[in-house]
Amino acid sequence: MTEVAVTPDLVAQHGLTPEEYDRIQAILGREPTFTELGIFSVMWSEHCSYKSSRVHLKRLPTTGPQVLQGPGENAGVVDVGDGYAAVFKIESHNHPSFVEPFQGAATGVGGILRDIFTMGARPIAILDALRFGDLSDPKNRAIAEGVISGIGFYGNCIGVPTVGGDVYFEPDPSGYAHNPLVNALCLGVARKDKILLARASGVGNPVIYVGAKTGRDGIHGASLLASAEFDEASAQKRPNVQIGDPFLEKLLLEALLEALDTGAIVGLQDMGAAGLTCSTCEMAARGGTGIEIELDLVPTREHGMTPYEIMLSESQERMLVVVEKGREAQVLSIFHKWGLDAVVVGHVTDDALLRVRQHGEVVAEIPAGALANDCPVYERPLRAPAAQPAAERFDFVSDDVAAASLRENFLRLLASPTIASKRWVFQQYDHTVRTNTVLGPAAGDAAVLRLKGTTRGLALTVDGNGRYCYLNPRRGAQLALAEAARNLVCVGAKPWAVTNCLNFGNPEKPEVMWQFSEVIDGMAEACRAFDTPVTGGNVSFYNETRGKSIHPTPVIGMLGVLEDVGKAVPAGFRRAGNALVLLGGAETARDTLEKTFSSSEYALRIHGLAAGEPPAIDLALEKRVHDCCLELMRRGWVLAAHDVSDGGLLVTVAEGCFAAQNGLGAELTLNAPLPLEAVCFSEEPSRIVLEVDPTHLAASLQVAAQYLVPAKQLGTTTQGEFRVRFNGQVVLSEDVNILKEAWATSLARRMRSENVT
Amino acid sequence: MKFGVVIFPGSNCDHDTLHVLRDVLGQPTEEIWHQSTELGGLDAIILPGGFAYGDYLRTGAIASHSPVMGAVKKFAAAGGLVLGICNGFQILLEAGLLPGAMLRNRRLKFLCRLVHARVETTDTPFTSACRVGQVLKMPIAHMEGNYFCEPETLAELERNRQVVFRYATPTGEVVDTEEANPNGALANIAGICNRERNVLGLMPHPERASEPLTGSADGRLLFESMISSLVSK
Repeated sequence: MTEVAVTPDLVAQHGLTPEEYDRIQAILGREPTFTELGIFSVMWSEHCSYKSSRVHLKRLPTTGPQVLQGPGENAGVVDVGDGYAAVFKIESHNHPSFVEPFQGAATGVGGILRDIFTMGARPIAILDALRFGDLSDPKNRAIAEGVISGIGFYGNCIGVPTVGGDVYFEPDPSGYAHNPLVNALCLGVARKDKILLARASGVGNPVIYVGAKTGRDGIHGASLLASAEFDEASAQKRPNVQIGDPFLEKLLLEALLEALDTGAIVGLQDMGAAGLTCSTCEMAARGGTGIEIELDLVPTREHGMTPYEIMLSESQERMLVVVEKGREAQVLSIFHKWGLDAVVVGHVTDDALLRVRQHGEVVAEIPAGALANDCPVYERPLRAPAAQPAAERFDFVSDDVAAASLRENFLRLLASPTIASKRWVFQQYDHTVRTNTVLGPAAGDAAVLRLKGTTRGLALTVDGNGRYCYLNPRRGAQLALAEAARNLVCVGAKPWAVTNCLNFGNPEKPEVMWQFSEVIDGMAEACRAFDTPVTGGNVSFYNETRGKSIHPTPVIGMLGVLEDVGKAVPAGFRRAGNALVLLGGAETARDTLEKTFSSSEYALRIHGLAAGEPPAIDLALEKRVHDCCLELMRRGWVLAAHDVSDGGLLVTVAEGCFAAQNGLGAELTLNAPLPLEAVCFSEEPSRIVLEVDPTHLAASLQVAAQYLVPAKQLGTTTQGEFRVRFNGQVVLSEDVNILKEAWATSLARRMRSENVT
Repeated sequence: MKFGVVIFPGSNCDHDTLHVLRDVLGQPTEEIWHQSTELGGLDAIILPGGFAYGDYLRTGAIASHSPVMGAVKKFAAAGGLVLGICNGFQILLEAGLLPGAMLRNRRLKFLCRLVHARVETTDTPFTSACRVGQVLKMPIAHMEGNYFCEPETLAELERNRQVVFRYATPTGEVVDTEEANPNGALANIAGICNRERNVLGLMPHPERASEPLTGSADGRLLFESMISSLVSK
């Protein structure tokens, strides 16, 4: 068979620049074959090579005593005590989920799960960060419906609980309508000494292919789907989306964990983006070795597949395993017991080359290290946008006017799809399988899982407000980190480590690159402030459609550790008659609030605004609030905790009531020389509402004072009524069940396209 | 006394069931591979939840023809205790060990949430430690849990007191609201046993409700009932 001739046109079609092509020729010392061109194009795609982001990512803190494995492997690994390691990572599957929502989201979950068990860890939890457009558009409803079903389909079947996440439904200019975000995080656990790295070591060791047969699906998923903008023709890319089979992956998971127990496996990597190409060259590059494979041995779904197709296929549920020579039969027998295709397709060599044969002939021969690591790194130009989003001041209405419309506006805000109960979403996900879920979806500010065999717990959250980052990327990133850490603190966990998914527009645009650079700096500052190093993650560029970028959306996945999981703190209030304490918060002047209030959820839902600046944040104060809250919890004084975020203070207190077992209300007494709207709905950070038994109130306030953290009693929990007194006047008095109804039913009704005001 | 937990390819509640039996209740428990045809030495068999064989074709359909099910049928015919949880219940229906079939949930979506299952009879080896009318808080997690059978079959189930659990409100009222009977099951049926009362299938997951830390320990009563009936045998 003669291969296709490589022409400049063909090079351009592969998304490679002439300079990149020159570099390929220099590495090889000759022209690449068609297969080699395909291999380089996927490995050097933005998605696989991080060529635009690398120079910036270096500025993130990635070390700490808890870090066992930082960025660069399939997932980050941290020490969580008692001999256990947590393995976790977040990854995007945005483009496939827009082209084919159900399969796109499903395979996103499948991919992140493989990243975790590839490290030798058993996956114990999934979280998802989802960003959709406005639900009044049937197209957005269809995308949301498909994505949520797809996540459930995969996670439910494989038996890993989906325990949390966040969902925003954000109208334009968010850009999510034409480019939804689907970021999936997976957490696994393993004994510290059982962690396995993706390295091909031991010359002569056999290389085993295990899992699904290779088909023609997903070819160029990484390079054409994930590394280019969208346009009208995007639907034609549907064949580039892979199809997921969670049943097969379940077999792969169990077989691999069983095979790992034999001790015969020296390295493994899943075949995700760029398939066989990526797994072979990265394993060889990390091991400082070469790999030689014979494509005739690769199980294929169709006859007559070319080397190009086999090397670039992104068929799901496949793994490459390097085994100690002489023990391959032992490992193969375990794979076969689980009914999996598994064959030796090659071996580790000492010549540092990725050598691919078909029918005995060499069809590609590339230095593995150069392919994996010598891709061009770009310092792309940065430019702050000429016109920053309108920094208009919010025009607060008089308190009388605000009081008159408070009930109606509060109900509208509670029914905002971003704030409303997500039960419609999370009851489609199995969140109790594996019996570790101590605080599941909506039960606490973060999900809490027990670590069987210990008294410890692991807490997880994902956070990221794209609107804030659009208005000020650096501050938006800090706010995302702060909220993630705060959410962990609210359940009683110490913030431990970070994984991030950085969703941005086209990096070739200086404005987008500037946003990216700013977000990295903001994240770096906040990570240092909270002592939470970044252990890995994923960059997703080219989130644009018809030239319009999404809001820059860094999604922060943060892991926390509880020493005693029995002390995990829920978000729902426990009893009537307890004190509600507002912990933290900086003094904020009216002038500042006028500049920041237009960025709030209230401003968006009630006034249609997405403007101004995000709230200011003092990272040192935020940290003191966390430390103080954890100290109060350590003393056992905190019965419930919920942070103030989207929607502001009233929403926080209302959600605490809604999550209570038996219809609790609250009576709040708010006194401030500030506009009523701002007091109720501003989203100033570093604030947590605590439920405290009255007998511990005075002592709690004293502890706060020792930590230099502002604290005051806001009110008390009551039976059934939600009442707010502002500067002496009762401004709201409503049956909590009426408020809860608006919040609880909104999302299901919107998904059924009912009118919700 | 020895329990056996069957592992089909795609079972995903096998570890949870093993954990409760071994670590919470301290019972000797064996893992039974789906190709096994030998169940000697076992006193009770549990078919755990999950997606056996990927739920391909129809939930439980392929699993009901796997080699181990021939042995389970013999085991049941000889009076051995067989408990099918969720997918295990679906497999028992497909295998003909229990009557009826599962339809998709009434909203056609997967549902994971807490339910309240009212104990209808304590005259089974699975509920002897309960009280009649006791409401057990346990999670469900399934796509097909909407129990259905012909009117004659239902009449027979009722006549023979084979309905063991019904979906109810927290206070034990059996009403056909979405909150109480989320999947729309016929007569709110959450679990049934065979005429001989030694085979039970139920959709809620007692193994996920066996420790207070994870929300409820009500489900433990089923396993404790089994243990005490095996002890007194």
